[in-house]
Amino acid sequence: MSTDRLSVLKTYKLFVGGKFPRSESGRVYEVTDAKGNWLANAPRSSRKDARDAVVAARKAFGGWSGATAYNRGQILYRVAEMLEGRREQFTAEVAAGEGLSKAKAAAQVDAAVDRWVWYAGWSDKIAQVAGGANPVAGPYFNLSTPEPTGVVAVLAPSDSSFLGLVSVLAPVIVTGNTAVVVPSESAPLPALSLGEVLATSDLPGGVVNLLSGSPAEIGRPLAAHQDVNAIDLAATAGDAELARELEVAAADNLKRVLRPEARADWQTTPGTDRMLAFLETKTVWHPMGGLGAGGSSY
Amino acid sequence: MPPSAAPALPDVTASDQALRRFLHGLPGVDAVGLDARAAALGTRSIKTTAKAYAIDLAISMIDLTTLEGADTPGKVRSLCAKGRNPDPSDRTAPSPAAICVYPDMVRVAKESLAGTDIQVASVATAFPAGRASREVKIADVREAVAAGADEIDMVIDRGAFLSGRYLKVFEEIAAVRECCERPSGGAARLKVIFENGELATYDNVRRASWLAMLAGADFIKTSTGKVAVNATPPNTLVMLEAVRDFRASTGRQVGVKPAGGIRTTKDAIKYLVMVNETLGDDWLSPRWFRFGASGLLNDLLMQRQKLSSGRYSGPDYVTVD
Repeated sequence: MSTDRLSVLKTYKLFVGGKFPRSESGRVYEVTDAKGNWLANAPRSSRKDARDAVVAARKAFGGWSGATAYNRGQILYRVAEMLEGRREQFTAEVAAGEGLSKAKAAAQVDAAVDRWVWYAGWSDKIAQVAGGANPVAGPYFNLSTPEPTGVVAVLAPSDSSFLGLVSVLAPVIVTGNTAVVVPSESAPLPALSLGEVLATSDLPGGVVNLLSGSPAEIGRPLAAHQDVNAIDLAATAGDAELARELEVAAADNLKRVLRPEARADWQTTPGTDRMLAFLETKTVWHPMGGLGAGGSSY
Repeated sequence: MPPSAAPALPDVTASDQALRRFLHGLPGVDAVGLDARAAALGTRSIKTTAKAYAIDLAISMIDLTTLEGADTPGKVRSLCAKGRNPDPSDRTAPSPAAICVYPDMVRVAKESLAGTDIQVASVATAFPAGRASREVKIADVREAVAAGADEIDMVIDRGAFLSGRYLKVFEEIAAVRECCERPSGGAARLKVIFENGELATYDNVRRASWLAMLAGADFIKTSTGKVAVNATPPNTLVMLEAVRDFRASTGRQVGVKPAGGIRTTKDAIKYLVMVNETLGDDWLSPRWFRFGASGLLNDLLMQRQKLSSGRYSGPDYVTVD
């Protein structure tokens, strides 16, 4: 039997609103491995793709933020299950994109799946850590609960195409935000494959939207967009000027901004910081009623 | 292609047979060609200054509509307030052409719009189904006109139309037309709604267009917004062609109003391109072309804000209707 099959090349596409469109602009760019060999063409998203993605994310926000924490945790765990099933594919894409040995790439993928599970577990626990009952001087129950901020633009780290991506994406969506993500420009393939995983994991369409391309080009309209509530500038580590520009644009509608860490270590287990960065606190005062004759209203 | 019967137009409504002969003698619509033409006109790219012009024109052509069972005087007043001042953050935004309400809300709308050029349009004739006796429909129209409606949006009797009783439909439109006259002089402009989604074929849309125009409609309108299929580019294109041919045959100009399902700026601009390419400048004004819509205005305002500020706006910056 002949072994010279025609190669079946994959057309990588964006992931927006649960669908896989090409860029509205029709543009693509060449993605190469660490040695400069061609791997695939990835869509180069435009600002209109960013606009469409924000619309999709806003549409998904009501349902996703309103879902029970338990349900969100289940869905994220399901994503981890699907990732596990595609371990080989992600390993190959990470190895090619970041120039790692197969063993090192596999370790990255394992860490990323573990990270995803770690965050999934926080879905119904973060409220206890970030919220609680406040002692107040009056006859009230006073309760603070963390609420998702809304649509979060995530400029994912450029140096860690998969572990870094998972480390910034999972904390955004686990608490009920929806995300528009710009993955690593040089190695976007693991992110675009993640879209295929998300599409088959019961995650509602629009909760995560992936736009490959230049973070500087897509980041600007996202930072200035009046319907984006927060932005994670991880991709701008090492480009202080761009970070500053985006932060200024983001100030216009008082977006929450997460500045990049100088030397982010994606390997170590994170704390709750990245989740808390995209939460806001809602406090409810509930009257207890007058105290009865016995000194208690219960 | 003005029909050959053009010189004898007055006679075509003499009897049911004559009317049927005329309407069925209209050239058939090439549905495939029509769909292709409408789709091709939808691919034009309208940018920068042309887009800004189109957005403002589209806003000024909107019949801002609330036709819900849950309408309250308060809701109508807030809609009128939005009509007076669509974008509080930018007073240069034009006002829509009209506020469209049920007859019992006409008085409220009229009071709220006092001192502006915004018209009050009222649906009538047992909207949206049109299933009532002629007396009831006429009373409905009279009530709306007496309350001060500037425009009447009537629905045709689709049951009669589909069973071929064209003269009945014709007489009904003509009777409503008479009720639009005000004793004090002047008349409310009459828009005739076909409900294209229920007419089944493009040929029927063309026939209904001619029927309504012969009966004295000032405007022909695609649909009520209450059924599954409302205004679509092809069925609106049929109507645009009909008003073009009608003016060529009779010299009388009739307006067109697509309604229902037009939600985005992109959609609205596609319709404007279609009007310009089919009818030309004469129809590119709120007097001759309208959009029946509610959500469309917010999208137009957001696009307008984008053009003036350079950044994308969001639903937080327009009113919730």
